Amino acid sequence: MSHGQAESEADDKVRCDACPVTCYIRPGMAGACDRYANREGKLVRVDPHVLLERTVERGGAVVPFSRSAAEWSGAVLPEDSVFVTAIGAGTTYPDYKPAPFIVSSEVAGVDIVTVVTEGIFSYCGVKVKVDTDRYLGPEQATVRAEGEAVGHVTTGEYGSQMLSLGGVHHLTGGSKKEGRVTCEALLQLSNGAPVELAVDGGVTIAVEAGAAPIINGVREERMRVGCGSATIGMFAKQWLGHVDEVIVVDDHITGVLSEHQAGKVLDIPPTGVKMKGRRSTPGRYFQVAEPGTGWGGTNVSDPLSILGPFNPQEARPGLTMLMVSTTGEHFGFYRLDEALRPVETELPEALRLSVERIQENCEPALCTVLFMGGAGGSLRAGVTENPVRLTRSVKDALTRVTCGGAPAYVWPGGGITFMVDVTRLPANSFGYVPTPALVAPIEFTMRLSDYAALGGHMDHVRPLSALTDGAARHVRQIDGNPWPVEPRQQRRKA
Amino acid sequence: MNGTERAQVRMLPDRRRLHLQDGPIDLIVEAAGTPGAVAAAYRAAAARFRFVLDELCAELAELRAPSAPALRSFHGPVARRMEAAVAPHAGDVFITPMAAVAGAVADEILAAMRGAASEDLARISVNNGGDIALWLVPGEATTVGLVSRPDRAALFARARLRAEDGIGGIATSGAPGRSFSLGVADAVTTLASCAAEADAAATIVANAVDLPGDPRIERRPARSLQPDSDLGDRLVTRGVAPLDTDSIAVALERGLAAARRLIARGAIAAAALHLQGVTRVASRDGRLMAPEAPQAGIILREPLDA
Repeated sequence: MSHGQAESEADDKVRCDACPVTCYIRPGMAGACDRYANREGKLVRVDPHVLLERTVERGGAVVPFSRSAAEWSGAVLPEDSVFVTAIGAGTTYPDYKPAPFIVSSEVAGVDIVTVVTEGIFSYCGVKVKVDTDRYLGPEQATVRAEGEAVGHVTTGEYGSQMLSLGGVHHLTGGSKKEGRVTCEALLQLSNGAPVELAVDGGVTIAVEAGAAPIINGVREERMRVGCGSATIGMFAKQWLGHVDEVIVVDDHITGVLSEHQAGKVLDIPPTGVKMKGRRSTPGRYFQVAEPGTGWGGTNVSDPLSILGPFNPQEARPGLTMLMVSTTGEHFGFYRLDEALRPVETELPEALRLSVERIQENCEPALCTVLFMGGAGGSLRAGVTENPVRLTRSVKDALTRVTCGGAPAYVWPGGGITFMVDVTRLPANSFGYVPTPALVAPIEFTMRLSDYAALGGHMDHVRPLSALTDGAARHVRQIDGNPWPVEPRQQRRKA
Repeated sequence: MNGTERAQVRMLPDRRRLHLQDGPIDLIVEAAGTPGAVAAAYRAAAARFRFVLDELCAELAELRAPSAPALRSFHGPVARRMEAAVAPHAGDVFITPMAAVAGAVADEILAAMRGAASEDLARISVNNGGDIALWLVPGEATTVGLVSRPDRAALFARARLRAEDGIGGIATSGAPGRSFSLGVADAVTTLASCAAEADAAATIVANAVDLPGDPRIERRPARSLQPDSDLGDRLVTRGVAPLDTDSIAVALERGLAAARRLIARGAIAAAALHLQGVTRVASRDGRLMAPEAPQAGIILREPLDA
């Protein structure tokens, strides 16, 4: 039994209320949509939706999963290798009804129930992490798609810039067009498609989950290994004896070897270098230039522009200096002439290797997209008659939350606000309704006994085997995802 | 809950076609043209779509009642398309506007798309479970493969359409499948100036492909299967045993006679009739449609994999 407060007639006809056609359906027959049917006097949903299968190792060989849905139809699968996702499950929002699927299965001898629904989220958005030191735009700047405000630049993270997109204010709080464009951008990003964004007072950037960002038309290659100061610390020993001074140019903290603690430890003598910017601690400088898309996330194209004249008390003709960005993408080697002016010259072999080492230690730059949404009261009511108990059960780790079978991080505190890496879901798991709001799959998995305890719709629980005989789309479990119904340590409160 | 909240709108995994679903309506929409025009057309399709089912259901009881040659007035634009498509046949056969519902919905969505973006589009197709509204810019041509069963990708006929042929609708009706048929055809596919007219004609021709009183055909009153069917207690086909060659020819000839009448009247341009491996074609112009040996091609009725 599923979705639908079907009215049963004396002769076991049911009236389906899933849509306004309100078909009368006789036993063994389907409604006009072929999605709902009358099975022994009960309304059941029969249309395809996504079941996750995990690869089972047998004698070291992986069972192939490239089979078509047709070949699978009717197949009885071991219960513990199939997980019912909410993708394509449908939703009961905003009516109060039990969730479309409440499925029980036995896993490692334990009765497990998974409550499956597609949630309609108007409180939702994506957090985008862009691995780059390049300046995307001022913090709090508006981020636009097709000219419409869809989000903003938020607090940067280590080696990465962060965008916060979507949210209820852009979806439903602005103009109709703003809502539509926001919804489209979120849908595209969540389904792994590229989206072109423009930052007010900053760059244009093409973002795609799992792909390198393209900033002002240039594909970003790597993220920095560390800030300029950290880079000095990491590589100081490798430079010793090959060069007198090293400056690692970084928009955050530019490092100067001879002044840095790492240089002091190695007894590197002062070089008379004079840095622009604001000195933080010895050998560490803030704000040597403006942020930009040049060296190390600054607007610098000529690195010598961040240096003042060398101090003649300490500098000497012939002194050598390496300037390098935090990703090793930009570098230059200089020798002081008789007037103590740096003159660029060819990079010696030993230093070339150290620059390559910096490059090697910089990871590929990626855009990562986390979908974030909150399960509202009515969605939770599809799970239990007492929605707050579901929240508590999730907080107590009795109930596991997954999104299309992918692990979800649930925020502490009230409600069920979760984040999921969109690349961990099967392709095209997200949809939308014209409200506008996003449709995302969400599954709650728990022990059957815990489900009963939280006031679950026990009369709607049906076995997994009752489901696999309908048409369903089987997809392979995504590599690296934990199996959603695997028993795990519980964090039950004392 | 209304269609604005209920209707599902999503791009198919190919990121090219749009899938719209609401209640029993499943549309696969495809437009070709400049990216801006395609996007505008898809937006228009989704915007119009969410009201369609609610509009239809508001007049559902009337739409399930038999039509007469005199047009009834309906409020909903889709309902008016349905009635207009079936009324010309109501003097000859029993028919209700529901015979054209799938085609009329497809026509309505196509019209909304053209209204939004026809300048920069090359073609539009709106496929409603095998009943297709089609539009081609002058000079464009397309080939459509016809299959009798959506789960078997074997073509029984092929239609070659050019914009100047004026074919705006392709529809298929038969005994297997979602809606009931009074006849025994596996599939009858018609070409007409719009999908609603093609849909109504396919229903009429498929009903005519018949062997009245033959014990090899299992029939049941429609209402015993679907209590609110527009066909009432009329006997609908539930199963057809394997038929001999002569019986197949007789049944198909009955259908062909109906198809030829519709062609002569200008209601359709062509029809392909398929029964137990035999295909017959009636066409105002032999170039439009031809029987086909099974081979790869565009599949008319495709399974949803959204």
